[in-house]
Amino acid sequence: MHNNIRMRAENVDFYYSEKKTLHQITLPIYKNKVTSIIGPSGCGKSTFIRLLNRMNDLIPNTRLEGRIFLDDQNIYEPDVDVVNIRRKVGMVFQKPNPFPKSIYDNLSYGLKINGANDKHFIEDRVITSLQEAALWDEVKDRLSENALKLSGGQQQRLCIARCLSVQPEVILFDEPCASLDPISTRCIEELIEKLKENYTIVIVTHNMQQAARVSDYTAFFYIGKLIEFDITEKIFTVPKDKRTEEYVTGKFG
Amino acid sequence: MKRSTLSQGIGFTFLYLSMIIALISVGAILFFITKNGIKIISWEFLTGVPRRAMTQGGIAPALVGTFYLIIGAILFALPFGVAGAVFLTEYSPNSVVVNIIRMSINNLAGVPSVVFGLFGLSIFVRFFGFGVSILSGSLTLGIMILPGIISASQEALIAVPQSMREASLALGATQWQTIRKIVIPSALSGIFTGVILSVGRAAGETAPILFTAATFYTRGFPDSIFSEVMALPYHIYALMTEGTHPEEQTLIAYGSALVLLLLVLMISGLAIYLRQRQRRYKLA
Repeated sequence: MHNNIRMRAENVDFYYSEKKTLHQITLPIYKNKVTSIIGPSGCGKSTFIRLLNRMNDLIPNTRLEGRIFLDDQNIYEPDVDVVNIRRKVGMVFQKPNPFPKSIYDNLSYGLKINGANDKHFIEDRVITSLQEAALWDEVKDRLSENALKLSGGQQQRLCIARCLSVQPEVILFDEPCASLDPISTRCIEELIEKLKENYTIVIVTHNMQQAARVSDYTAFFYIGKLIEFDITEKIFTVPKDKRTEEYVTGKFG
Repeated sequence: MKRSTLSQGIGFTFLYLSMIIALISVGAILFFITKNGIKIISWEFLTGVPRRAMTQGGIAPALVGTFYLIIGAILFALPFGVAGAVFLTEYSPNSVVVNIIRMSINNLAGVPSVVFGLFGLSIFVRFFGFGVSILSGSLTLGIMILPGIISASQEALIAVPQSMREASLALGATQWQTIRKIVIPSALSGIFTGVILSVGRAAGETAPILFTAATFYTRGFPDSIFSEVMALPYHIYALMTEGTHPEEQTLIAYGSALVLLLLVLMISGLAIYLRQRQRRYKLA
């Protein structure tokens, strides 16, 4: 595999019971780049991103055909340890979903379940992750407070910090700003910009400006098919497909 | 008057009357039990043992017996009930077998309590040879409240948002870690509400302990889980049916009924308090 490619979907079909929702998706995810997936509602972009850490395993009566690689490993091989995949491929969800625990416990949870028990190590990671997620200054004096008391934007940054705490290699963002105000959105976009130095990032977004602002590569999905994939700039300026052009210029959406 | 207004008036009157009837029933029970029972309630009544062929003295052994039976029933039903609910909501696939299990549990909740009593007699008292004892009675009551605990726990578990499970799994937690550290703690107050309501039911039932645990009279307090015990509901029953001094015994029976009523009210109050706390917690 090309050594700049971190993940790769090959001829992926996905079914909800008998309904085929993804058709022959083949898509590379480049290392230390931000890849955004855009497309109108119901085009399968969320379904696709949830395949990258096998989150859709939780939905009964679903089935995947094709292969998805993380480095050289097909993550859908029967003998793959799904827990290990999810450790390497972290996820931030559409709605902030902090645990109903303290801020500190939200962050130490992932470390503890992965076997960390050294107090100093855990504390270190908690602080570093909060700093990385640009939340440290706002919460450093209230780490024992319930995370649900934070504002929506803070909660989402907490979820990002929680995801970073276990040091994943790839981070999936599933419409991370869908429920946030413009200022929080801006904050998270800046964060994503910084994170790509150390992480490979995939982001699903409804917001074309967001895709244009944060991503290096863009994939356009339409009714379960990958219509076009290219460098973001090209998608937004010289799209090859007519449907991509119509979508990015706002003719439908 | 317009027809629709008239029909609304009739409807509202009916609803209003239904509410009055419910209130009157509850009020009347409370009133008569309290009126007849309050006279005899005293510290000595609560802490003393029955004397003079149960025409005097207190109800302490029955109070203690009921307490032991409840504790035993919970110790049995809580772990199995919660485990069963976890299995049904978190692990089991939606298959025919599981649906049959679900249906059976729901039906179990509708089985008359005397049937549980007979079951306990044949299984615990006879087959396992536990005799008429706290152990047999607790197990019988435990099985009786099991469906309630399972369905309350299931509801509480289902109420935990799927996004909590996803968040945990996405961090590389196993399903078991997710259930143990995220799902069950979030569902805990819901589970406790179910438990406490079941306790109220277990405390008040006579039929299941009739053949399995309860006795008419003991000299003092039970000394092991194999002892037979006095229990409040059965004590009331015995006083009203088997005594030779109806006047004095009826009074004691009312007193016992009042104590039992207060006990169940207190337990339900605790359940309501916990549920309120859970709601507040969710808003936070």
